[in-house]
Amino acid sequence: MSELKFSKDHEWVRVDGDVATVGITDYAQTQLGDVVYVELPAVGKQVEQDKEAAIVESVKAASEVYAPLSGEVIAINNELADAPGIVNEAPTEDGWFFKLRIKDAKQLDSLMDEAAYTAYVEGLA
Amino acid sequence: MSADDPLHFTPLDGLHRALGAKLVPFAGYDMPVQYPTGILAEHHWTRSHAGLFDVSHMGQIRLDGAGAAAALERLVPADIVGLKPQRQRYTLFTDAQGGILDDLMVTNAGDHLFLVVNAACKTADLAHLQAHLAQDCRVTTLPERALLALQGPKAAASLAPHAPEAAALGFMSGAALRVAGLPCFVTRSGYTGEDGFEISVAADAAERLARTLLADARVKPIGLGARDSLRLEAGLCLYGHDIDTTTTVIEADLAWTIQKRRRETGGFPGAAIILKQLAKGAPRKRVGLKPDGKAPAREHTRITTQDGATIGEITSGGFGPTVGGPVAMGYVATSHATPGSAVQLVVRGQPRPAVVAKLPFTPHRYHRP
Repeated sequence: MSELKFSKDHEWVRVDGDVATVGITDYAQTQLGDVVYVELPAVGKQVEQDKEAAIVESVKAASEVYAPLSGEVIAINNELADAPGIVNEAPTEDGWFFKLRIKDAKQLDSLMDEAAYTAYVEGLA
Repeated sequence: MSADDPLHFTPLDGLHRALGAKLVPFAGYDMPVQYPTGILAEHHWTRSHAGLFDVSHMGQIRLDGAGAAAALERLVPADIVGLKPQRQRYTLFTDAQGGILDDLMVTNAGDHLFLVVNAACKTADLAHLQAHLAQDCRVTTLPERALLALQGPKAAASLAPHAPEAAALGFMSGAALRVAGLPCFVTRSGYTGEDGFEISVAADAAERLARTLLADARVKPIGLGARDSLRLEAGLCLYGHDIDTTTTVIEADLAWTIQKRRRETGGFPGAAIILKQLAKGAPRKRVGLKPDGKAPAREHTRITTQDGATIGEITSGGFGPTVGGPVAMGYVATSHATPGSAVQLVVRGQPRPAVVAKLPFTPHRYHRP
């Protein structure tokens, strides 16, 4: 399993060849609280780095999820429709949002590794 | 209330922090929005057991004097003169246009009237009362008192060992009682749709009382997040959202708060408009809305007909944990206010089907002996 990369908007990416799995971080799910609804992009949709790609709703509010990389959505996590709480329970595993085919691997350089992201989150406190 | 005003803290602030609450500014107070278990668990616990809420930010006011009930009727459309000792009523401060300045609870405490008003309105409410009632009664604010709400099907059983007399109170009644030996004013009321109590206690005794109640395994602390989802499922209005000066009492579907004598005699602000709408109908009405599917529709979501014509707006909306799906309240043109009417909610630019629903979404389970 490859290591995770992180965006400043609190998405994570796990790269396998030219496919990236995307979700929200443990910090993000803690900040949101109980997730009650996730709206995912359609398979086949082209998403752009740092542009809105999904919606995650807690009891209190709706939040945008941004695409950490550009590419075509090739799979979505249908489990979240009936059990959005998976995002709280396992944000970086079963709680993934969608997979995309990476358009430009150079964009990976703009993401943080785990140590940098941990430091970034600590700086937000 | 401006952003520059200093944040206030309730007498239970230290307890909230000790319990690991997430605190957020609300109506000028640092308030617990949730505890570590989270809003969903807190909501379900309140519906199945008992939840303890700190509502000390709300305003407590007493009116003293023989003329207090008649004087208060000049500001509210409820029958206060006819309110028997120990009985409580939900009512509204109305304005000259029939709009709503605040909603409040009034209890006949025997030798005085006891009022509970919203935190965000309490300064204005106090000024309003003093301006209009001071010549007939004494208006006293009670900032040195905390207010706890104990809500849920186990509320009565968990309160009984500490206040055996509380069992005799029916829904919407109240009395001065000792709870765990502390002098309190207890009403059988609340804002969750469940049986329960609101307990007014001296601020310096509040933490002791809260800890005593929380020592019962059936009672857990509940934050404002679950308070909001509980009251929304119960179809209860949140001031500043579902009701305000732009919504009349009749539009808000709160005609039931105007008792018979007041309908006949009026004499409250906005009576001409309110009683005319009561007789002839209002152009719009507050209704429940049940979105199809699972996407919540939030406050300010536009409501349209199936043809896309705008007929109103959501005023409270979110996820109903007990319902297990999205629920909302809002105002629609009266022509579309019948339960079962098909409408659309425009969420993130997309019209999504919804249906006008009867309120409450979750049946009330009040104690009516």
